[in-house]
Amino acid sequence: MARTALVKIKPRRYKKGDIVTVSSVIMHPMHTGLAKDKKTGKIIPAHYITDIEVYYGDEKVTWMKVFPSVSANPFTSFKLKVTKAAPLKIVWKDNKGEVTEKVVKIKV
Amino acid sequence: MNRRNFLKVAGVTASVVAVSPVAFKQSVEAQPKKKTFEEALKEVTGGKPVKESSKVKLIAPAIAENGAVVPVKISVDHPMEPDNYVKGIHIFAKENADPRTISVYLTPANGEAFFSTRIRLAKTMNVVAVAELSDGTFLKAEKPVKVTIGGCG
Repeated sequence: MARTALVKIKPRRYKKGDIVTVSSVIMHPMHTGLAKDKKTGKIIPAHYITDIEVYYGDEKVTWMKVFPSVSANPFTSFKLKVTKAAPLKIVWKDNKGEVTEKVVKIKV
Repeated sequence: MNRRNFLKVAGVTASVVAVSPVAFKQSVEAQPKKKTFEEALKEVTGGKPVKESSKVKLIAPAIAENGAVVPVKISVDHPMEPDNYVKGIHIFAKENADPRTISVYLTPANGEAFFSTRIRLAKTMNVVAVAELSDGTFLKAEKPVKVTIGGCG
């Protein structure tokens, strides 16, 4: 099941050599494996994002290791230097093997 | 049964009833294995010293109303050149069950060492940001965050 994910680049207009901010959000419950379900009293099994990878063209630009202390619906934001017109791909992986991909085109 | 004996028995049962839920609760809470901050830091640095530095800027609210969503911003005042750059930014929440929160690995293609995310805090604690430079040195910044409602279950 692919999850809903959003990627936003700011500012909207940029040219070669500019540094832009790339923000992304993915809808994910991020269960820590420590909290209990209030209705049943059972511990909710751990289900969280473990890795986020960012590819700019063929190059792996940034990658993250994520642990359960990150909030639900993880939001991440980082800078990127625009050097070429290439697709920016963000890949999310979680501990149950779900993989979500989102591609944004960078036009120069 | 005379009055003295009755009171003794009643007292004992009352105290047993009063104590048992507390004891039960403690055993449940002690169950999840808790990593200490030092252990988590060692995972990242491999035992290397970490220097406090004003180069690392950690922006977090002084008072967070909801511990489940605490926005954190980190920027490192360091050039991003091919042979001299910020390799990684690590965020720790000192007293969470797993203090290691997120590790970001950057490359010179980022242009600027900046990262922002939202983290969970179980209670009032210090948030630590550690920046890893390409030459192997570690810099850190620390900030206390007051939490009114905890965020870990």
